[in-house]
Amino acid sequence: MDKEIVLSARDVEIEFSMRGKTLKAVRKCSLDLYQGETLAIVGESGSGKSVFTKSFLGMTDANGHIVGGSIMYHDQDLSKFKTEKEWMSIRGKKISMVMQDPMTSLNPLKKIGKQIQESIELNQGLKGDDAKAKALDMMKKVGIAEAERRFEQYPHEFSGGMRQRVVIAIAVACNPEILICDEPTTALDVTIQAQILNLIRDLQKELQMTVIYITHDLGVVANVADRVAVMYAGQIVEFGQVNEIFYNAWHPYTWALLSSLPQLGVKGEDLPAIEGTPPNLFNEVKGDAFAPRNPKALAIDFEEEPPFFEVSPTHKAKTWYLDPRAPEIEQPHTIQKLRKNMSDGR
Amino acid sequence: MTKYTIKRLLQSLITVLAIVTIVFLLMRMLPTDYYFTEDQVMKLTEEAKNDQLRAAGLLDPLPVQLFRFYGRLARLDFGTSRRLQSGVPVMQLISSKFTVSMRLGMMAMGVSLILGILMGVCQTLNKDRFLDHTGTVYTVFVNAVPSLVSFSLVLAFGSRVLKLPSMYSTRNPGPSSILPVVCLSLASIASYALWTRRYMVDELNKDYIKLARIKGMSSQQIMLKHVLKNAFVPLVQYIPASLLLTVGGSLLVERFFSVPGMGPLMTDAIGKYDTNVVQACVFLYASLGILGVFLGDVMMMLFDPRIRLAEKGEAR
Repeated sequence: MDKEIVLSARDVEIEFSMRGKTLKAVRKCSLDLYQGETLAIVGESGSGKSVFTKSFLGMTDANGHIVGGSIMYHDQDLSKFKTEKEWMSIRGKKISMVMQDPMTSLNPLKKIGKQIQESIELNQGLKGDDAKAKALDMMKKVGIAEAERRFEQYPHEFSGGMRQRVVIAIAVACNPEILICDEPTTALDVTIQAQILNLIRDLQKELQMTVIYITHDLGVVANVADRVAVMYAGQIVEFGQVNEIFYNAWHPYTWALLSSLPQLGVKGEDLPAIEGTPPNLFNEVKGDAFAPRNPKALAIDFEEEPPFFEVSPTHKAKTWYLDPRAPEIEQPHTIQKLRKNMSDGR
Repeated sequence: MTKYTIKRLLQSLITVLAIVTIVFLLMRMLPTDYYFTEDQVMKLTEEAKNDQLRAAGLLDPLPVQLFRFYGRLARLDFGTSRRLQSGVPVMQLISSKFTVSMRLGMMAMGVSLILGILMGVCQTLNKDRFLDHTGTVYTVFVNAVPSLVSFSLVLAFGSRVLKLPSMYSTRNPGPSSILPVVCLSLASIASYALWTRRYMVDELNKDYIKLARIKGMSSQQIMLKHVLKNAFVPLVQYIPASLLLTVGGSLLVERFFSVPGMGPLMTDAIGKYDTNVVQACVFLYASLGILGVFLGDVMMMLFDPRIRLAEKGEAR
């Protein structure tokens, strides 16, 4: 990777205070985002992927705080931002976001066009007719036919897929450098999913955006991502190029995730599921957070937190399996099968 | 949209008509003795009574009476009062009282709308902080303490400390209206504040507010351009109804400050079996109530595009 880094998060820690107790949602997460790439962050619900990326926008809930680390965006440290005014210089203009549910993301009482126009007027200094023209332009760009007529309509006159297009238009109306897509297709049906993913990809090329996908759909990851980061219990446990994650994963959690892909299941056999539950993040986590759910965990996994080991210059995994002192460990069959399929050209 | 409005208007008319008809029929089921004062019952002969009843048209067959009643209703003529103020036309009797009640009611409504909504907005902006809690204490107090107690407090404070007149007087309606208006507003300020706050907090927690923040709007802009308007929509439906009902006068406040208003009229009229007055009052209250609901629906439709479309029968 010789591309320029646009955003660099280092050891980010995010805590939520809930009724006097502290929940560590993100525990020392580090991430580099390269210009123009598509990064997918995968992990189960509650793994902190959403909280982590929302912190780039200052959109963590009111009781959540960044308590450590830094988020460098060009020469600004976003983790030090306190006031809304500071964030307003970033939100929409530099970093933007598409949320999961298009059915509730739009103001039901405002015309679609006005909602796009509002964003343009806020961030680009355009007023009135100019802003309207730009909004219409945006609507066409995201594939809304008859933009002039649709401009005057309200959200309830749009289908889910169409609404997500509107949300995307709002998010990218001001040419942000980074677009965070928080499960943008989860609420949509499958045929629409592909259209929306294509739309985001096209817009990414056209506007030269860097895109972060948050998802637990590995199918989406395989389709769109250049790089993948796997999160578990508030930490990134493995990251690498999409091929490296799919065909040469090393973290046991990534293995477990991949093995439970329905596409890889054998007909007639039970689909493997990950036993147990993620650790309670109200408590201190000792060692490798995944160890209690990993049947092949090493003794040290329960004692000490593993560092990142390099698999390749672009691929690192946070597991003791890669330590030179570790016993010989074989990747599970499914991972081997995947790799074999790939080398056979599927 | 026009079609819907016309439809709702017709429905409202029919409802009012049904109500007055039922009340008319009920009143006609009363023994005719009640049309006379005790003196008259004792002294008049049966014939004299019948003469009077016939002259008043009360012995005609019921359908005839009913249609005569409809005819007069169209001209808003309710006949004369028989027992409350014998011989005075009902309209005259009501209209003087109605103006008094209406003036007070309108003032109270204006005060409570402005203060109540303002209070709700302030509470939302300071949610879970001192101002919000103060507002909640007020709301709970007004609702929990019997109104007579809070009225007495207002009266004591207003007349002792502020030296305001404690009795309403028609000759000096300005200052003497202040305390009744305050009492009338107490509860409605609380309820407007409560609902405004509630609807605003509802809106604030919705996803589109997040998107608005993501696209770079400030909290103030979001409040003004998104939250306030959207919170107002569910509120707007009830405003006309409560407006018109306060016009009807409050029994308690009017007794408390001896306001010569509408409040006690209907109960008095029922107590004395003054049929014409009862009918007029029922007609008035029913129309006000139904008009309020109708206006609420119309306003709701103007504010909420989703309702407009549903009524056009388009697919949603």
